[in-house]
Amino acid sequence: MTTPDDRRYSGEHEWAFVDGNNVTVGVTRFATDSLGDVVYVDLPESGTEITQFEKFGEIESVKAVSDLLAPIGGTIVEINSEVIDMPEKVNEDPYSVGWLLKVEVADADSQLGKLMDAAAYDNLTAE
Amino acid sequence: MNAPYPGEIDRRLLNERSVSGRIGLQLQELDVPEQALPEPGLLRTDEARLPEVSQQEVVRYFTTLSTMNFSIDANFYPLGSCTMKYNPKVNEEMAFLPGMAGIHPHQPDETVQGALQLIWELQRDLGEITGLPGVCLGPLAGAQGEYSGLMIARAYFEERGDIGRIVALMPDSAHGTNPASASMAGLEVVTLPSDSEGNVDVEALKALADERTCVFMLTLPSTLGLFEPNILEITNIIHEAGGLVYADGANLNALLGIVKLGDLGFDIAHSNLHKTFSTPHGGGGPGAGPVLVSETLAPFLPTPVVSRDGHTYRLDAPDKSVGRVNGFHGSFGVLVRAYAYVRAIGAEGMREVSENAIINANYIRTALSDEFGIAADRACMHECVFSPQAQKAKGATALDISKRLIDYGIHPPTMYFPLIVPEALMVEPTETETKDTLDRFIAVMRQINKEISSDPDLLHDAPHDTPNTRLDEASAARKPYLRWQPEQNLTASD
Repeated sequence: MTTPDDRRYSGEHEWAFVDGNNVTVGVTRFATDSLGDVVYVDLPESGTEITQFEKFGEIESVKAVSDLLAPIGGTIVEINSEVIDMPEKVNEDPYSVGWLLKVEVADADSQLGKLMDAAAYDNLTAE
Repeated sequence: MNAPYPGEIDRRLLNERSVSGRIGLQLQELDVPEQALPEPGLLRTDEARLPEVSQQEVVRYFTTLSTMNFSIDANFYPLGSCTMKYNPKVNEEMAFLPGMAGIHPHQPDETVQGALQLIWELQRDLGEITGLPGVCLGPLAGAQGEYSGLMIARAYFEERGDIGRIVALMPDSAHGTNPASASMAGLEVVTLPSDSEGNVDVEALKALADERTCVFMLTLPSTLGLFEPNILEITNIIHEAGGLVYADGANLNALLGIVKLGDLGFDIAHSNLHKTFSTPHGGGGPGAGPVLVSETLAPFLPTPVVSRDGHTYRLDAPDKSVGRVNGFHGSFGVLVRAYAYVRAIGAEGMREVSENAIINANYIRTALSDEFGIAADRACMHECVFSPQAQKAKGATALDISKRLIDYGIHPPTMYFPLIVPEALMVEPTETETKDTLDRFIAVMRQINKEISSDPDLLHDAPHDTPNTRLDEASAARKPYLRWQPEQNLTASD
């Protein structure tokens, strides 16, 4: 699967997609390939403040539990309740149905500037 | 290849074999006064639904279950970091001696002097082996030993009024119990990167060690099976910063009689008796995770420890003890087995245990590293970590290789740990395996590597010959059924 070039990526394998006034957040295909089958996703509630590059939740696969690190900071306005009930959605397509959060971001431009584009992210994961 | 399992297995649970009115046992005549039942409100109204089965059915049920079990007594078990060595059967006999098995933890000290002497001598021997003379055998598992050790560190700093030390540093290759125990002990976990060789990043450690450092937790050898070459510098950095150094003793099997943790600068450690000192584990019995400390920290040990006064032994509470970590005195039966092991092997044998464990691991490492890739290409200690990324590129993951090993009657290595190694397969052969067994393991791994090219589905569907073939681990974790429910007709689509 190709890495979508409509969004920005963190070195910790999360993506941020600007969607109108909000930014949608999820994990990358590289992350789901490394994790294997996702069995549990732990996300904070709507309204929670998250900080760029800091932990906001956990993702558990049959192999390991990993911290989810926010690619962008702001206030959570929506969480994807589908992935809570059906964590397999994250494996199915981490870039669409497997999204995790929608975040209201005040300074989107400066935060997104600290992230990579698809080409740079592909270079990172090709190593 | 031997299939250890019979062809057709009656899979019904005991409850499902129940036939109303069938009796497996004749109760004795009542020989105590009959009592009235409690008031009706306290009595259950529905059926107890206990299985009604014959004695022979019960025997067959459990005997069949036991043949489905995979054990060290039947097969090679190279499960990394778990030290699945042979447990000499004489240790079992010692633990079942009436004087060991029949005593009660409430007996007065003077009636159990032999048992107390055994505990005292095991404390002394473990203190000698690790160079950490303060020993409490109470903790019931490695994780409880860790927790006890961290509570000791906290109590030590509290007593000194040094209350700002709230950080537990640990490398990114640490066992998962390390951050868990540290969090439970109220410490803040800070993870340290490993360098490109798999060692502790000394510069990163220098930058992080400060007046907030309570402990640095380190597994030695590391979870990559490597001896830490900068260990003296590392313990020195932590001590200069005023902190303590904790040794996760999970891998102690590589160090016996060769080097002492205390001499390297460790202040606190735990030892998993069920790994290094040959007591049953992995469902085979309770564990034991003694906590060991330097002389300075000994007054903070949990209660009780056994102390000696001339020829008399007694249960004692250290001066500034962090308190009890369980109801009584630890897993005494396990302590007897470990004592028997230590005394039978003796000081010289101890060193041989570790030397052979190291030689065996290196034998496997050198034989297979070309084909399977190795996490760190240098001499290992008692275990080695393969990283079969070339195999993954061909569509066979570490999981597939592990499952295929089961078809050859070999227990899978530890997989996907340490987390810093892609497709990790951690192999720990232990000292008790013969060269023949190691050669067979190597041959089987090479055979599997050929199968990856010739017939990859052999791996994807593996294991084939077990009572249950490939399990759907993801569904089991996503939708676990935790209790047998008689009316629920479970199907795969549920």
